[in-house]
Amino acid sequence: MSATQSRLNDFVVKVANVNGTGSASANSLLMKAYFRMGIPVVGKNYFPSNIQGMPTWYEIRITRDGYAARSGEVDIMLAMNAETYAQDIKEVAPGGYLIYDSTWPRQQALSRTDITALGIPLAEMMNDAFANARVRILMKNMAYVGAVAALTNIDMDVIRTLIEEMFATKPKLVPANMQAIELGFNYARENFTCPLPLSVEAMDKTAGHIMIDGNTAAGLGCIYAGATVGAWYPITPSTSLMDAYTSFCAKLRTDKETGEKRYCIVQAEDELSSAGVVLGAGWTGARAFTTTSGPGIALMGELLGLGYYAEIPMVLFDIQRVGPSTGMPTRTQQGDLQICAYASHGDTKHICLYPADPRECFEMAVNAFDLAERFQTPAFVVSDLDIGMNDWMIPDLEWDDSYRPDRGKVLSDEDLEKITKFHRYLDVDGDGIPYRTLPGSHPKGVYFNRGAGHNKWGGRTELGDEYQDVMDRLLVKWATAATKVPKPVEVPSRQGAAWGILTLGSCDGACREALHHLNDKGIAVDYMRLKAFPFTAKVEEFLASHERIFVVEQNRDAQLSGMLINETPVEKAKITSILHYNGTPMDHRQIVSAIEAAVAKEAAA
Amino acid sequence: MSYIRKPNIDYKGRPENALGLSEASYEGAMSTLCAGCGHDSITAAMTRAFFESSIPPNAAVKISGIGCSSKTTAYFLGQSHGNNTVHGRMPSITTGAIAANRKLHYVGISGDGDSLSIGLGQFAHAIRRNVDMLYVIENNGVYGLTKGQFSASAAFGAKTKKGDVNPNPPIDPIKMGLALGASFIARSFSGDKNHLVPLIKAGLKHKGFALIDVLSPCVTFNDHEDSTMSYKYAYSHLHTAADLIMDRDEITADYPEGTVTPITMHDGSVIYLKKTDPDYDPTDRARAFDYVMRHQEKGEIVTGLLYLDESCKDMHATHNTVEAPLTTYPFENLCPGASTLDTLQKRYR
Repeated sequence: MSATQSRLNDFVVKVANVNGTGSASANSLLMKAYFRMGIPVVGKNYFPSNIQGMPTWYEIRITRDGYAARSGEVDIMLAMNAETYAQDIKEVAPGGYLIYDSTWPRQQALSRTDITALGIPLAEMMNDAFANARVRILMKNMAYVGAVAALTNIDMDVIRTLIEEMFATKPKLVPANMQAIELGFNYARENFTCPLPLSVEAMDKTAGHIMIDGNTAAGLGCIYAGATVGAWYPITPSTSLMDAYTSFCAKLRTDKETGEKRYCIVQAEDELSSAGVVLGAGWTGARAFTTTSGPGIALMGELLGLGYYAEIPMVLFDIQRVGPSTGMPTRTQQGDLQICAYASHGDTKHICLYPADPRECFEMAVNAFDLAERFQTPAFVVSDLDIGMNDWMIPDLEWDDSYRPDRGKVLSDEDLEKITKFHRYLDVDGDGIPYRTLPGSHPKGVYFNRGAGHNKWGGRTELGDEYQDVMDRLLVKWATAATKVPKPVEVPSRQGAAWGILTLGSCDGACREALHHLNDKGIAVDYMRLKAFPFTAKVEEFLASHERIFVVEQNRDAQLSGMLINETPVEKAKITSILHYNGTPMDHRQIVSAIEAAVAKEAAA
Repeated sequence: MSYIRKPNIDYKGRPENALGLSEASYEGAMSTLCAGCGHDSITAAMTRAFFESSIPPNAAVKISGIGCSSKTTAYFLGQSHGNNTVHGRMPSITTGAIAANRKLHYVGISGDGDSLSIGLGQFAHAIRRNVDMLYVIENNGVYGLTKGQFSASAAFGAKTKKGDVNPNPPIDPIKMGLALGASFIARSFSGDKNHLVPLIKAGLKHKGFALIDVLSPCVTFNDHEDSTMSYKYAYSHLHTAADLIMDRDEITADYPEGTVTPITMHDGSVIYLKKTDPDYDPTDRARAFDYVMRHQEKGEIVTGLLYLDESCKDMHATHNTVEAPLTTYPFENLCPGASTLDTLQKRYR
């Protein structure tokens, strides 16, 4: 047995379980307990594309430094699933702990000498304490929370408060749950030395923060943006976004007396239809959106072309999952960067926003509606499963009551009264954005919208120069958009770093942690995280001002690098890709080792 | 070409509707379809029906997919917003438009390829949702723009001009509409404007999905001797179950007792159904289905108002959406504000 280095507020607990056993609430209880003690946490849920009986894991990183990514290691493993037992034991870092249910003999528990195995007869204790079979299964999860509380020194008052909140509407369930927690807690206290060297102590680093998943935050963002029409087809991992919007609408947009709804949600028959509903509603003047994932974007291609060419505002949330094809629906990836940027036949490109955490999901949801309406075009919020479905610790969401939606260039009836003639696709002020009117407006505003070739007056055309004129004007609009999308986040290392890391979205946490480690090793690297496509001038400056750029992204084919090479003057040879695409959320180790290797190679040259 | 304007000739005694508008206010651009195309007659019926219904042109919205039929939205209601979209997706785009603004009059124009092949799913689901729109299928059994291939509505064994035989049974939009629960179902013939105009007007009044399948011969690719969708075939095989009379004044003493039935529409107005077949009951879905099937077995194409249910709920009624169009809702009534955000966040601490 190897000695465990004592670590306060800095270790990883992972629970291996079977899905459908109700472990989710126990795991979030555990994570919330650390959070309530003021200690920053990172939670990752690894769940199967299945309803019941398949392996599932929940990983909680307790991080006093406030890192936002996984550490990549596991210090305490709760191996509750016989099926994955062998694999779970292997994953424990040397000096770590394995907690298992000793109701049944587990020979493999002793297969490693560099970790400590702690057996707790969880099933036996639950069988003695509870009569109902389903209750026994559920309570076993609560019992391991109790054991971990004792072993890592969680404040039991915090747990009790959380349990009372959890069952606020069903207070009768509190005693049984507390009983199970105490059984686990007391067993650990009586049989092991508590706390372990891996333990916690209250801090004050979570005040002013919430724990929320990106899909909930984005759903809330749609409410705050004033979106009224939502259309969707259920698809993992985007479903919880429309679910969140629906439940916020039920609470905030429903007349208490009449039950009348100030919103309309259409659960469509497929993604073609949900894109169509969004187009129709956007054309008519509502803020409309859809929630989907890669397979849905693939289906929406033709309609996205109509949105681009006929210039109709649409907002799309793509919660990326592992592709291609069905891929791994419950694993994360950034594999849709290019399809979102260029979806549809012909020359098309779309505004994309890349949130890095749930707070940005909230903010960018609002931003996306403003951009879609300002530029009369599809705008994507390109999130992913890691951001969308995991609970992240983020600073409180903020709202400025002076915000008013940017509806873009929509002519009112009063405006139309004043003008001689309205032309739908005429760029009258040089920013590439024409004026539009809404169906039902003043007779002078009537026009015929079409995906077929049209000239700048709005008429149908098959004349080459008239067609090209409109296509070129769309590029002017695109250039204007590049000045209005959110600017990238920059973290300069020190004056004159020759190397830079460029990334986007959920790679942020791993990259920032890598920067700390590299800095400790004396390697200076500048950092930029993109927030939007089209790329802004800042991005070009960053690419130009560094000799070498490490582009970090979560896909096999270096899609972001491809877009940078396509859209900016950057030389391909300057780019080194660091690619992570196995479906797990990224951690810092791969980035650190790739850059260290590059340093070593350069030194040897 | 569609950008050529029709001359708008004002003459004394030109008929005007209740809004003081002439029929010219409801016309569109010049048709670019083949001379004699059935679709042009439907376009003329559309113009007439909107004119007679006294709908302000800017309160109407026309949306279509792709195909000869879908082109026609440019040829009527030139003073209304129009949207010629992509193939087979008119139903979803119209659903979205109606979700956003329920106060306008929506007409969707589609064809047999657009609705029964590429867009069959969207057609079916717009019916299921009972979207409040007039849905017209200009049905000719062929793909015209791609030079005459069979569509899904072509009869089994029908022959193309070149002599190819259709090996597949047809999809009948009327039977689909009956099976899927459409609340207004009618069939007409482009060659009979007097029959079609009242159906369009009734469809516009209907609160829900009003389906009109219009047999509309393709003079270029499907009007030959062996066609089952030619003018000649239509004239000899149509069987009218019921005609519609939109105005009490038009009821003459000629109709035998019991053959004219008043129907109260959602807006309170009354239309009159003139049964030409005593066996026929347009309020009984199962009987309507049976009636259509029996006549089809005899090679007859049943026309008329085939089914009507004015009591059913449309999409918004089912959803309980506010009466005012969502597009007109002020932002202040949609955004809950900063203090609510603080309260909401308590559960995430």
